[in-house]
Amino acid sequence: MTMAAVAAPAAARQLSREDWVMRIGITILCVLLVIAIALPLGLLLFKSFQRDGHFVGLANYAVYFSTPTLVASIWNSLFVAISATVITVPLAFAYAYALTRTCLPLKGVFMAVAMLPIFAPSLLSAISFIYIFGNQGFLKELLLGASVYGPIGILMALVYYCFPFAVLILVTALSLADGRLYEAAAALGTSAWRVFWTVTVPGIKYGLVSASFLVFTLSITDFGIAKVIGGQYNVLATDVYKQVVGQQNFEMGAVVGFVLLVPAVVAFAVDRLIQRKQIALLSARAVPLEPKPVRRRDVAFLVYCCLIGALIIGILAVAVWASFVTYWPYNLSLSLKNYNFDEFDPHGWETYFNSLEMASLAAILGTAVVFVGAYLVEKGQGFRAGRALAHFLAMLPMAVPGLVLGLAYVFFVNAPWNPLNVFYGTILVLAVNTIAHFYTAAHITAVTALKQIDSEFESVSASLKVPFWRTFIRVTVPICMPAILNIAVYMFVNAMTTVSAVIFLYGPSTKLASVSIVHMDEAGFTAGAAGMATLIVLTALGVKLLHFALDWLVFGKLQAWRKR
Amino acid sequence: MLQTLERPSSTPAGDTNLRPVHLRISNLTKRYGAFTALKSISLEVYAGELICFLGPSGCGKTTLLRAVAGLDMQNEGRIEMGGRDVSHLPPSARDFGIVFQSYALFPNLTAAANVGYGLVNRRMPRAKVEARVKELLELVGLPDQGSKYPAQLSGGQQQRVALARALATSPSLLLLDEPLSALDARVRLRLRDEIKALQRRLGVTTILVTHDQEEALAMADRIVVMNNGVIEQVGTPAEVYGAPATAFVADFIGHMNFLDAEIAGPDRARVGNVLLRSTNVGGRQSGTRVKLGLRPEEIRVRGVGPDTENTVTARVMLLDYLGAFCRATLDIEAAPGVQLLADFSANAIRDLGICEGQALTAALPPESLRVFSHEEVVSE
Repeated sequence: MTMAAVAAPAAARQLSREDWVMRIGITILCVLLVIAIALPLGLLLFKSFQRDGHFVGLANYAVYFSTPTLVASIWNSLFVAISATVITVPLAFAYAYALTRTCLPLKGVFMAVAMLPIFAPSLLSAISFIYIFGNQGFLKELLLGASVYGPIGILMALVYYCFPFAVLILVTALSLADGRLYEAAAALGTSAWRVFWTVTVPGIKYGLVSASFLVFTLSITDFGIAKVIGGQYNVLATDVYKQVVGQQNFEMGAVVGFVLLVPAVVAFAVDRLIQRKQIALLSARAVPLEPKPVRRRDVAFLVYCCLIGALIIGILAVAVWASFVTYWPYNLSLSLKNYNFDEFDPHGWETYFNSLEMASLAAILGTAVVFVGAYLVEKGQGFRAGRALAHFLAMLPMAVPGLVLGLAYVFFVNAPWNPLNVFYGTILVLAVNTIAHFYTAAHITAVTALKQIDSEFESVSASLKVPFWRTFIRVTVPICMPAILNIAVYMFVNAMTTVSAVIFLYGPSTKLASVSIVHMDEAGFTAGAAGMATLIVLTALGVKLLHFALDWLVFGKLQAWRKR
Repeated sequence: MLQTLERPSSTPAGDTNLRPVHLRISNLTKRYGAFTALKSISLEVYAGELICFLGPSGCGKTTLLRAVAGLDMQNEGRIEMGGRDVSHLPPSARDFGIVFQSYALFPNLTAAANVGYGLVNRRMPRAKVEARVKELLELVGLPDQGSKYPAQLSGGQQQRVALARALATSPSLLLLDEPLSALDARVRLRLRDEIKALQRRLGVTTILVTHDQEEALAMADRIVVMNNGVIEQVGTPAEVYGAPATAFVADFIGHMNFLDAEIAGPDRARVGNVLLRSTNVGGRQSGTRVKLGLRPEEIRVRGVGPDTENTVTARVMLLDYLGAFCRATLDIEAAPGVQLLADFSANAIRDLGICEGQALTAALPPESLRVFSHEEVVSE
């Protein structure tokens, strides 16, 4: 028996066919993400150092920072974003608290109502507020002479738009409570107020931080609201638009884009850093907290939720109603006149069908790439560098405002040296841009679902000599079907409602409905804009209902194995 | 240099030297950064035996199993399966079936589909696959459960389905990674016997990873005791229990009293003022500091007379009632500060009227007093 001392330096496993398939898959994913995310952003940065095709170093930035009107936008943007955060988070916290920690009736309904604004383009609420408080608004007097066109209008619309996102995060944070802590506090005779500050708030502080940063980022990067209701009040997002579309100054647009990127990236980085500190607060033995009825508290929260819910529905309803009013404010009879979009926009109804096509493409293509990509990143073996790169690229878009990404695409897809420039202005580019813009949240959803799957499935299939892709199709995809549907609906709804990511990118025959809203509003056809916004809301809600039906079918009929 | 004790006749391992080696591991080393999980492990596993990797968590037993499977690659060393060098092959090119602690059953497939998962891929005719699945489900005692989904089966049933799935492709090596630890005590005991009987029947070479010494003693033909990435001892259950090679093995498997002692001549050791005879001194020099090891159940109080060897007078300080027996804490009068744990049967307690505070004469049989080098015992 010879025991030759093997002095192999490190483990080098022979690569099987499966290893090769996985590595090639990860490489393709990385290439796709580099093309869709990294290259355009790199080119945008490069452009900001150029003038008329020549490298000018920081000259553009010097011009920017010495132009008082442009610098004023930075302060304006920070002011509205911070104010929106300070207003939205407490409102959302109280609402989320009611949904999770009180005996509120009809919690499902209240949750659904809070989510309504997600299904509308951000500028829908701005249109509503113009109908309510604008020059011909029916409650104009409530503003006591102040104008809604400016920071007031922007703030109101931002709060409306950001509210559901903050509620979502806070509801999640508040549902993760360990009932035993509250029982221990009660056993020690602690007052409700002290329990709130010593148990509740520490338990959700990461949720509060996350919600704050999200609202801040959404607010500072949103373009549609400031465009519609901002009046003469300039913010960074509208500056980018003005530089590019108004003055055709692409380089300066790139500079403003990068200035806009800074707060978004900082917020993103700080949030990531803080989240990393968060260790699992819930141990496996945690007992879910069951709220007990406290009559006065429950009634107070019911009143609060009804009030907020009524406002959410009411503001949405104003835009819908206004879209059917024949001629505001002179002829209040209802008609479908404002839905003759072809009268207000040369592309009219075509834009709606373009949106449908783009959103469907983004949903199908995006879901496939995101899920397969997340699978390769999460369940791949070896090839750490490739998987880490893919994950990093997938997390990047979260920090990039849609407007910046859209502008980056203009430079990238339009470049004469780029063989991809044949796609300029096509639905495909619009869809790819949308997928890239919303990639991160979808990627996180997919990774979270995949992490919940037993990590040994791949090992078991290898031992049974079944290639991993077979197990992926037969086991992983069916198990993750709910998450996959979620991602598809998320992509579709966002593709329908997004303005900022696509406003620079559409071509002559590919204008989108959301862009058409901006143009109709610009041209003074506010009712037409309201009509198109209504159409988008109805479509997005319809898809969500379809999602519920499908979920029910998938859970109920096709996936009998989920039942015990 | 192991002292081979009498092997119970029920152990079929036979004369292991005559059996063919199915798995040969040579100088296997696995590092995770600065941490060395396996330190140059060498081991031979004989065809048809059930071998247990036993050790505390973090000892490297699971790492070794995963290296055999090819799921974690070693940094150095060689693994041969059935005479074939598989050191650098991916898992799919090795021949083994595996059952994980979590079972890793596919939740969206029925028990039958899970069992047949590896067969469908082999271009076997459907009827043949079905027949094989039926046979396997019968083998593990679940003939009527094939159409159920994993979530509808009990833990023990899921475990059996996982076992049937691992056996479906008739692998030459079966790897079981803590397969029973997720089950309740009663089911665990039953499955322990069933798995052992099934393994005997099929004669498949099997590696079982466990941290439960009782499970290893009951199931294994041979036990590999591991600690800190090295093998402490390889032997039959009787060997590792009766003749532990190191103090770690002695302490990890069963309980062992350790007494500070000094060698005082051939077959003699001194503990405090007590001179004891031990048949395990070997060639150690007089004056060498050692630890004497003695299992609690080997301390005798019955039939101890004036001419019994190695008797000490001891006082019962504590008596813990443990059902079938009592564990007593004894202070030895001639060696102040030295305590011994002793197990007395319920009969002995009753017949001798042992109670706390009582003084008694205990015998420490010379052949049961093991001698370990002084440095070895860390935990005491």
